[in-house]
Amino acid sequence: MALETKNIAKNQLVAEVKSLKAQGYRFVTMTCVDLGDGFDLLYHFDRDLQMTHLRITVLKGDTVPSISGIYFAALCIENETKDHFGISFDGLVLDFGGHFYLEEEVKRYPFCKVSVQESQAPKEGN
Amino acid sequence: MSTIIPFGPQHPVLPEPLHLKITLKDEIVTEAIPMLGYVHRGLETLVSLKDVDQMVQVVERVCGICSCIHAHTYCMCVEGILGIEVPQRAEFLRIIWSELHRMHSHLLWLGLLADAFGMESLFMHCWRIRERVMDVMEATAGNRVIISVNKVGGVRRDLSADQIRWIRQVIDELEAELDKIKPVLTNDYTVKKRTVGVGVLTKEQAYELGAVGPVLRGSGVAQDARMTGYGAYKYVDFEPVVETDGDSWARTMVRFRELYQAIDIVRQLINKLPDGEISVKVKAAKPEGEIVCRSEQPRGELMYYVKGNGSKFLERVRIRTPTFANVPPLLAMLPGIEMADVPVVALSIDPCISCTER
Repeated sequence: MALETKNIAKNQLVAEVKSLKAQGYRFVTMTCVDLGDGFDLLYHFDRDLQMTHLRITVLKGDTVPSISGIYFAALCIENETKDHFGISFDGLVLDFGGHFYLEEEVKRYPFCKVSVQESQAPKEGN
Repeated sequence: MSTIIPFGPQHPVLPEPLHLKITLKDEIVTEAIPMLGYVHRGLETLVSLKDVDQMVQVVERVCGICSCIHAHTYCMCVEGILGIEVPQRAEFLRIIWSELHRMHSHLLWLGLLADAFGMESLFMHCWRIRERVMDVMEATAGNRVIISVNKVGGVRRDLSADQIRWIRQVIDELEAELDKIKPVLTNDYTVKKRTVGVGVLTKEQAYELGAVGPVLRGSGVAQDARMTGYGAYKYVDFEPVVETDGDSWARTMVRFRELYQAIDIVRQLINKLPDGEISVKVKAAKPEGEIVCRSEQPRGELMYYVKGNGSKFLERVRIRTPTFANVPPLLAMLPGIEMADVPVVALSIDPCISCTER
């Protein structure tokens, strides 16, 4: 069963989100799915109980434009996604720096199958 | 001169650890920053260890108060991907238990609110009434809170004719009990003094900031995920409960009126309860595809995203809980109020941190 999503490029995201806001959509949330070498980011919106979904696909290590300047409601989920998956959001209105939930001693991204930080870290003895 | 005061994570009015970094100018709040992570459990990652059926028990533990609705929403997702049609009787039973959860959640919250503004007797009355709902839960499902009635394909338990008669009698008694506390909640000076005009969220702010549930409806937006007609809600006649003032009083009234609404919905469902099977057999579910399902918890709209890859383990389960959505609106309610009002306003969103952090 396929979820109907509008697939867009990363650089189209802000314009698309602004357009949805102008049409009266409410921001519901964002979902991040680890694809192995990249991520699917799905943005969910609602108007009159009808949902619409945007999808962007990014590589691990990519920076994604924040939509928290358009929808303040995106503040929490973008910080959560940064904690869990290590994705950086450019222009986050309140950036917890990857410690929205996690303590500073946590160095890995717990929701990633292979986290960027883990895979890039030099191996012991090297 | 500004002062920063930590509100929480441990506070007499908070049953769970919510931490707000409050900036004050004299006694007036100028800014609030949420500090979370005290009960983060990473439950969504368990999809790699628990199979499709076992995940029902995992999602039930996201929240102790509305466990039944979590399980129901998750099951709707899996059933949607697999194309399973749930028997009608099971749909009715799921919603009966969901509305019982709404009743006990709202009564629990009303008690906590009464406790927060110092009205111990109202607190005890609310929780005494709530015990009647918990009795129904225990008698019909075997547990008081995490009732584990949902499974992929239907429900695990049925209601006998005797139980249905008894539930009907209990909800009649509940309605009479609510009538008794109604004058206190709606007319008492103390209740109004602490809630009227405090923590105002306008209709525009509520919508813009993504508020859900009683927070959204208390600000005059008639949105309720039950109106999508999922489960047996399509067979029920009801309208969203809406208040327009947007303050802590309005949110309280929405929840109180929703208690009567929940009683009415249970009554309608019991009267129309069809005969038949309560589940269909689902063997070794291996869903493939993506789906989004929504439901209305006591605290508001719940959203599940589920992605299956054709194996018995799902690839991703994402849970957007109502309190998570109500954190940005809370941050907008606090500036401009007195520090002494922060506990009541924070409680007025009915925060569930267990849900928020999962």
